[in-house]
Amino acid sequence: YRKMATLSVCQPQLGGFSFENCKRNAVLEAEVTKLGCNVPSARKTGTTICGVVFKDGIVLGADTRATEGMIVADKNCSKIHYISPNIYCCGAGTAADTEMTTQIISSNLELHSLSTSRLPRVATANRMLKQMLFRYQGHIGAALVLGGVDCNGPHLYSIYPHGSTDKLPYVTMGSGSLAAMAVFEDRYKQDMEEEDAKRLVRDAIAAGIFNDLGSGSNIDLCVITKGRVDYLRPHDMANKKGVRTGNYKYKQGTTGVLTKSVIKLDLEVVEETVQTMDTS
Amino acid sequence: MNTRGLRSQLKDSVPVTGMGPQVGAYGVQDTLRSGFSSVKNELLPSHALELSEKNFQLNQDKMNFSNLRNIQGLHAPLKLQMEYRAARQIQRLPFLQSSHLALDTLKGNDESISFEDILNDPAQSEMMGEPHIMVEYKLGMM
Repeated sequence: YRKMATLSVCQPQLGGFSFENCKRNAVLEAEVTKLGCNVPSARKTGTTICGVVFKDGIVLGADTRATEGMIVADKNCSKIHYISPNIYCCGAGTAADTEMTTQIISSNLELHSLSTSRLPRVATANRMLKQMLFRYQGHIGAALVLGGVDCNGPHLYSIYPHGSTDKLPYVTMGSGSLAAMAVFEDRYKQDMEEEDAKRLVRDAIAAGIFNDLGSGSNIDLCVITKGRVDYLRPHDMANKKGVRTGNYKYKQGTTGVLTKSVIKLDLEVVEETVQTMDTS
Repeated sequence: MNTRGLRSQLKDSVPVTGMGPQVGAYGVQDTLRSGFSSVKNELLPSHALELSEKNFQLNQDKMNFSNLRNIQGLHAPLKLQMEYRAARQIQRLPFLQSSHLALDTLKGNDESISFEDILNDPAQSEMMGEPHIMVEYKLGMM
């Protein structure tokens, strides 16, 4: 029979983050850097994400590359996360952080909307996100572009990892944000049509993809209007992999058969045992 | 971390309650229960967020109660704290997992999900508290 390991503590255990291994990790990191190696790093999304408010709603756009240091970890990852039926959120920064943060806020918003029996507002999601990110003082590396349409119209927020937020008509985040912002500053107009807005966001993300190493692959778009969400994944495959023009495979029958000989292998049964399973 | 960093942290640090040495019954370090002590380990937190997370719920409650007191008068936080105290007594023995249903409903935790519910769930913990010691601690016999 087995005994469970016990610890003699006097207080009951709590959930949440546990900082037990921080000192050990610091010591390990010091030792490893002394030897000249690197500790493994978290997977970042090194991204271009952006959003724009147009006449009837919001267009959110994102690229689809996830990097791990100098290597592309995921060629087609999805950076536009669902928060509620009328609110979507793009995430840049550490991939796990954006994923878990948006999922937690999505669950909280669902509970909140069940308790108020109303469609959730974008300002609620914004407030929940900024309070959580400020609580963790920027250690959760999630830079988000939050957009949606609620009873008060379309709203677009950008949320930084330390918890500050901006409410603007057009925002960009991520390593390719400067390239995308250049396109926005040149061509943004108030009250655009949906097709113009989609083209503008597509061009902004393309600028980030082609001018920033951390962004690449395809362009995803999400168009949110009152009562309708179009999640276009992929909207534009800007970096399609090439097709091989030649083929090194030989046709069947290229090599002529000279002789054929078949040798039969006789196998005889040496021993036969039955082992029963212990299912007690 | 270099020593200069350590020194600046010590100088600017405010005395905090969570990080002192674990004293036992006679005012000395209780090696049997809390293991060997190291001054360096106890003086500084191992992570910047460790202390703020340990006291987060307490600080939130203090802030909310003082706001309530300023807005509605002393009776409001008094009544609420009385209800919390009553709900906190509905529990199993210390080493068993209690659901804290009444306490959660009062505090509003039944309508929110945070890292406390996802990470490090105490119900899934691989270690369990030693029953005799935990009950003796709770009854004040230790």
